[in-house]
Amino acid sequence: MDTTKKKRRIALGCEGSANKLGIGIIAHDPETNEPTVLSNVRHTFVSPPGTGFLPKDTAQHHRAFFVRVAKQALANAGVRPSELDCICYTRGPGMGAPLTSVAVAARTLALLWDKELVGVNHCVGHIEMGRAITGAANPVVLYVSGGNTQVIAYAEQRYRIFGEALDIAVGNCLDRFARTLEISNDPAPGYNIEQLAKKGGRVLLDLPYAVKGMDCSFSGILTRADELAAMMKAGGKGPDGETFTQADLCFSLQETVFAMLVEITERAMAHVGSNQVLIVGGVGCNERLQEMMGAMAAERGGSVYATDERFCIDNGIMIAHAGLLAYETGFKTPLEESTCTQRFRTDEVFVKWRK
Amino acid sequence: MAAHAAPVEFALPQVLTYPAPTPPILVAQGAEGRLYKTTYITPSLPCALKYRSPKQYRHPILDARLTKARIQAEAKVLDRCCREGVPVPAVYALDATAGWLAMEWVDGVPVRQGINVWLGDRPEDDAISDAEVADETPLVDLMKRIGDAVGALHRTGVIHGDLTTSNMMLLPWADGQSNGASSEDGEKKKAVGGDVILIDFGLATQSVTDEDRAVDLYVLERAFASTHPRAERLFTHVLEAYKQTFKKAPSVIRKLEDVRMRGRKKSMLG
Ligand SMILES: Nc1ncnc2c1ncn2[C@@H]1O[C@H](COP(=O)(O)OP(=O)(O)O)[C@@H](O)[C@H]1O
Ligand SMILES: [Mg+2]
Repeated sequence: MDTTKKKRRIALGCEGSANKLGIGIIAHDPETNEPTVLSNVRHTFVSPPGTGFLPKDTAQHHRAFFVRVAKQALANAGVRPSELDCICYTRGPGMGAPLTSVAVAARTLALLWDKELVGVNHCVGHIEMGRAITGAANPVVLYVSGGNTQVIAYAEQRYRIFGEALDIAVGNCLDRFARTLEISNDPAPGYNIEQLAKKGGRVLLDLPYAVKGMDCSFSGILTRADELAAMMKAGGKGPDGETFTQADLCFSLQETVFAMLVEITERAMAHVGSNQVLIVGGVGCNERLQEMMGAMAAERGGSVYATDERFCIDNGIMIAHAGLLAYETGFKTPLEESTCTQRFRTDEVFVKWRK
Repeated sequence: MAAHAAPVEFALPQVLTYPAPTPPILVAQGAEGRLYKTTYITPSLPCALKYRSPKQYRHPILDARLTKARIQAEAKVLDRCCREGVPVPAVYALDATAGWLAMEWVDGVPVRQGINVWLGDRPEDDAISDAEVADETPLVDLMKRIGDAVGALHRTGVIHGDLTTSNMMLLPWADGQSNGASSEDGEKKKAVGGDVILIDFGLATQSVTDEDRAVDLYVLERAFASTHPRAERLFTHVLEAYKQTFKKAPSVIRKLEDVRMRGRKKSMLG
């Protein structure tokens, strides 16, 4: 046997900061550092139409499914626990109860298998996975999910937040509007809004467009969209006497909020002099958003990078990947410090693995 | 700003295809507009023509609405600032539907560039410490002039909406004020010298509420921290000068605390 050949490094990552429980296993090549996804398993807690997911029920879901999902991830990867280098888990940000339930499970695995623990920032997980999958070296990042809306650029070993939503996150705005319309949360409210929007577009309803520099806000838009939905349900017409449907509402909402996101992203790109943009987070799956961002980037002579739902939607593999990157620089989270935190800003993380 | 590195050839706005004493120069492809230097409007004097080209990514109705509203708003606000003595370029002409606005040419560089020259090759992980602040007098003075300019702006009831160090220019002082010791020192000092001129009022609104003013400051504070992390500590001088210039500043600064808190709280959900 060739004893000089270095072993590949393998990490298992556990994610549960919102309603998705994800466990994934990644390997980094010892020579090239090239990541390989060995497995990526997810189980989602779906609440009934008209409702959102509550922390208590979501945590209960994660506890109930953790063992099943973990076993599946190991089986799919064909990896034995003894081959793992470390166990990575989401330290935050996210909802307290679900975060804690997954952290407890990750700690248990670390003790059971005698492995190091690595606490990971969820947002940094998204960014690193997006970079790895798309090959975008140093893009401006738009991170859009149910809980976050951030425009991020890397500088001096931190992911710096250039712009963000000043009130609710864009995904939250879409999710809550799906609740207003009482459409299904399966597979995701945002997905169902996207499908409805494809059927709309005869009219563009006027919604308040709220951009402040590289920041934006969505609660005013949601309020207005809710009002218009109520008018529609009551059989009334729009402010200009136009008739409109659910689909037109979804279309108008998407056109407005995505235009805002593209605008703040473009402003950040101009500001840092970049023409690459990477979209991560659950809302990043939206093809209309990808299309709009692509058109903007093309106008600037650049391009957009995006991933599909396997990597956009919360998952365990991104936690494994970002955790392993940190672990390779010597970072680990001692058991007694392996807590979670609901607030954990992207720019708090020292990105030692990048120059 | 990727000013001169614009990789694509842009179609000129129609107004710049008409005969003029000198050909238009594309100065910057900014956030959402293109900035040309041209002598079309005033043959003897260069002017800055800001053109908001239609955005292909945006729904055409939304795009037309935003473009028109923003050119109009920008012109209106510049005009008001000019009249009230806030340092901004004067408006020469506009066509809001066509998406352009011509204004006074500021013969200087963005503040961002000046600060970066000053910080020079300071090691990346070497933030300015308290002990060093004394050596940073020229930069501190610039911070104060920024605070003055923003204070004057808010006093007139205008919210900028996109305060960054790219959206301020440094109009160099006449020579003689740059009595530098060594020439390299002199160059650096010169880089952060000059009057601060506020530009880019495309997102400006009129408001006198503490909340709107505080958000304006918050936008600047964050842009500053992410653009010049090594000089982050000096931002307090902006707020100090703002207080000196603007008598309602104390309640705005108190509000700024709330806005910052809100900003941090938003990172709650993953
Ligand atoms: N009046 C002016 N005189 C000289 N240069 C200007 C003037 N206005 C803008 N510029 C230059 O053009 C750039 C972009 O202009 P700006 O108004 O900020 O547009 P954008 O909305 O595209 O950011 C500025 O950063 C500055 O370098
Ligand atoms: Mg600008």
